[in-house]
Order: sequence, then C-alpha cells, then structure tokens
Amino acid sequence: MSDFRAMLAGFPNFNASESFFPNINLQDGLNWAEEFIQNVVLPRLPEAVASHFPVELGTVLVMFGCAGIFVAVVPLLPLVLVLAERKVAARFQNRTGPMRVGPWGVLQTLADGVKLLFKEDFIPPQGDKFLFLLAPYVIFACSFAVFAAIPFGQNILVSDFNIGIFYIMAISSVIVMGVIMAGWSSNSKWSLLGSLRSAAQIVSYEIPLGLSILTVVMLVESLSMSEIVASQSNGVFSWLIFRTPFTFIAFFIFFISGIAEVNRTPFDLPEAESEIVAGFHTEYSGMRFALFFIAEYANMFAVSAIAVTLFLGGWEGALPGYDIIGGLPGFVIKTLALVFLMMWLRWTLPRLRVDQLMNLCWKYFIPIAFFNILGTGIWGLIFPEDTLVSTGISCAIIYIGLIAAYKMAGRTFAERPAPQPS
Amino acid sequence: MEFTLRTFIFYGFALTTIASALVVVTVRNIVHAAFSLMVTLFGVAGLYVFLQADFLAATQVIVYVGGILVLILFGVMMTSGRLEMRIHIERGQLLLGGVVALALLMLLLTVIANTPAWKNLTDDGTELPPTTERIGELILNGPFLLPFEVVSVLLLVALIGATLISRKEVRDE
Repeated sequence: MSDFRAMLAGFPNFNASESFFPNINLQDGLNWAEEFIQNVVLPRLPEAVASHFPVELGTVLVMFGCAGIFVAVVPLLPLVLVLAERKVAARFQNRTGPMRVGPWGVLQTLADGVKLLFKEDFIPPQGDKFLFLLAPYVIFACSFAVFAAIPFGQNILVSDFNIGIFYIMAISSVIVMGVIMAGWSSNSKWSLLGSLRSAAQIVSYEIPLGLSILTVVMLVESLSMSEIVASQSNGVFSWLIFRTPFTFIAFFIFFISGIAEVNRTPFDLPEAESEIVAGFHTEYSGMRFALFFIAEYANMFAVSAIAVTLFLGGWEGALPGYDIIGGLPGFVIKTLALVFLMMWLRWTLPRLRVDQLMNLCWKYFIPIAFFNILGTGIWGLIFPEDTLVSTGISCAIIYIGLIAAYKMAGRTFAERPAPQPS
Repeated sequence: MEFTLRTFIFYGFALTTIASALVVVTVRNIVHAAFSLMVTLFGVAGLYVFLQADFLAATQVIVYVGGILVLILFGVMMTSGRLEMRIHIERGQLLLGGVVALALLMLLLTVIANTPAWKNLTDDGTELPPTTERIGELILNGPFLLPFEVVSVLLLVALIGATLISRKEVRDE
C-alpha cells in the first residue's frame, strides 16, 4: 500500500478533521488542569491549606468533566436514533411515522422523553426494592463506560487504554448482570424469563464476538483502539475488513453477534412483545424505563462504532491523505450507516426461536470464527507485511467468494419446490 | 505517608472490596450475596489496576463477572425456589472451618510480610510498562507454554463433555 501512498504524496495534503475540529486529548487537558492548579490556585491559598492541597484534584475535575460531557451528549443519540428508528420503520411499512410534534415530527422523541419524566415511577411492592432501583444504573453506567475507549476522531478519545478493545469487552459483559438484576428484582415471570433469555444469549454470542475481535488483534498485534485505527490509515483497501478474506467473514460474524448482544430483532427474544410483554424491563416505568431505552440505543451506536473502528477504518478516510469519509464526520457517517443496517434488519426479519438462536451461535458462528483465527494465523505467516500483493489477493478471494455465495444461494432458491396450496 | 488522591482511591477500592465480601458471607439471601460478590470482584479488578496489571483486571471482570457470576445466578434462579438460606452448622464443621480459615490467614499474613514492594500499591511513582505483551510472550513463547496447552486441552474436554451431556437423546426406533 505504501506505493499508493507515495503516488498520492504529491497532491496537497488537506485534512478536514484537523482544520474543523480542535486537537484536544485528555492528557493535554489533565496537564493543563494540573498546571492551572500549581501556578494559579496554589499561590493564592493560605500556606497551611496549600501545603495539604491535593494537586490531583484537577485531574479528577477533568475526568468528571469528560464524564459529564458524555452523559450530556450520549443521551442525545437515542433522541435522534429513536426518531430515526420510527421513521425508518414507517418507510418500511409505507407509513409516515410521527408527524404531529414539530415539523415532520422531529420533536416527537423530546415530547416522549418529557412524558416519561413526569410519569409515575412505579416500584413493584413484592419485588426487591433495592436491586430494582439499582439495575437501570448498572446497565446505564456500563453502556456509557464503553464510550470511554472509542476513538471518535484523531485525538477525540477519552482514554487511549493499552488494552482498549479488551476493556470494552469486559465492561460490556457486565451489562448482563444489570439485566439479570432487573429481571429478578421485578418479581415477575415475564421479567425473569426475559432476563434469563438475555443472559443466555449474551453469554453465548460473546464467544463469536470475542473470536472475531481476535482476528483483528492478531493482524494489528495490539489491543489499543488507536493503534487498530492507525494500522488502517492507507485508504479503503487497508481497512481490516479487506485485509484478509478471514477478516471479511469476521466482520459479518462480529456485526451479527453484536446485534444479538444488544438484543435487537431478529435476536430480540429477551424482550419479545408477543411472548413475554417486554422482557426484563416489563415492570419499569417512567424515567427508569427511559434509562433502559437510552442504554439500548447507546449500545446500538457503540456496537456499530466498534465495528467501524475494528473493520472499517475507524476515523481514517477512504483515500490515503484525503478525508473522503474520515475524521469525526466520517466516523459518524460510517457508524450511522451500520446503525441504519441494524434498523433495516429489524424491520425486515422475523424473530428467531430460542433453539435457532443457539444453533446459529454454537453450530455456525463459533466454528467459523475458530476457522477464521486459524486462517488469519496462516495468512500472517504467508504475508507478514501488508503489501499491495496481499491486499490484491485478499480482495480477489473476497470477490470470488461473494460471486460463489451468490450463485449458490440462487441455486438453492431455484431448486426449492414452490409452495403448493393444500 | 503522603495522603494523595491515589491513596484515597486505593483505600476506597480496598474498603469496597472488603465490605462487599463481608456482605457476601453474612447476608441470608443468596441472590443478594451473588450481586454483592459482583462488587467484590470489581473491587479486586480495581486493585489489579493499582498493581499496573491492566490485562489481569479486564480478564477478572470478563471471566468472573461476565461469566462465572452469571453462571452462579443462573444456577440459583433455575434450581431453588427458596432464596433464604438457613444453614445448620455442626460443631465439627465449625472447628474444621476455623482451622482452614486460620491457616489461610497465616498464609496471607506471611505473604504480606514478605512482599517488599508493598508501597507500589499506593505510590504514584514510575509507571510500569503494559503487561499484555509480556503475558503473551510468557504464555505462548516462554516457560508457561506447556501448562497453557494442558489447560486448553482440559477446557476442550470440559466443553465436549458439556455438549455430550446436554445434547438431545437420539432414540433408536
């Protein structure tokens, strides 16, 4: 890929993200806060206080500031996404969707949010009150903690963990505890059934998810999110999805398992309306219900953002040196495209049965994911460096594979006997 | 000892861990005990972070909270209708338990006394390098290759065994 980059080096290198968005990262902010306290605050305090003043207080304040920004900004996502979901659903069903509140109904979610704020906060008297009150916060906090490690753009990253993607997996695996907590403390059969289904589903689909992430980690040789993005900086063909045929398969396994992890149709058994009312959050009302909803849409965005970071170049653009779809806007566009794909699937596919769900995970995804790891290892031995040749071979294999899959799928559909009226 | 923010957070984690561990062993409701265990495991993960063992901390959360604890809760919810536990303890059991607890306490005290770099926990001195790479080298390219492979085979056997037990009976008819 380096030849390609050299060819383009002659062109003026303009980077939209750098000019439009300030280059702030957390470490700068922390340093600034500490200097501010050392140079400005401490000299003005009396000697007795200054000698005991915790200098790191600034660090904590900046951390709280960052967390505050996230808690303020991320709930805006569901505000947009819920409306988008309803509008997309409406288009799929040849309706108009919400149209009354604001122009084209754009303020509908806001109105719903205000309504939920003022609704009665009902707590089941026979349930476990403490855990019932705690559960939404566990889910909410874990969904938000995931965002700390996602690089939204160059330097727009709260913390560049050395173990970035592993941290994300660890934190998101705690969400299931909140789900179980909600289901059990409600003291309702629907809730308990929903939470048990959810737990089984999340624990199962975490395996193909983790194995797909492992293929990426094997190629990049790092768990750090910023290094994963940095390894995809040479344009669209250096994106990890096209780097080897195995990561191409891994992307789809990751994305489908991700949909299962966030409990969306066709994997929405934990909240199947026609069977168990609303699953683990049946008994919740008012703002606590809204917290579940915000967490669900935040999760949806997070899964798409992680998929973009791991496989679709993160905030890096489609052409080396040019920000075609790069920077923060590019990242958001790519992520929202995946979110739209999730909505598309939700309003197109019917719900799976429990046995089909487990079959898909244990009999198809996990063996394929293991095969992917094996294949990626062999690929890494044959092509230790990512060159034009390896990318070319990879893209050729992906192309041939897609054509073959298309032909095979067409044949099976053609051979299937037409349904006869009985 | 200088009382920095780091020490403050460290003692916060330590107290949370110990307090929730106490709740685990004293509370009668098993589900409450399990959720309290979650806090304990999180606290231990936090202590690992203070030891600069970031990989171990994440592994702790992913394996114990996301895996084993879920399994425990599954077991509790699926098997027993009774959540209140009133365990009758015999005198002999009490004696045996006391001896084991005392031995464990002695062991831990010996380890604590013989650990030289104890202040590393609260010191914000030099940051140690990330551990992930070293762990990988040790396991896959170093002295722990054989134990690692043995454990992998053991887990594979357990996996196949679980599949065998839970599969549908195929009847010959």
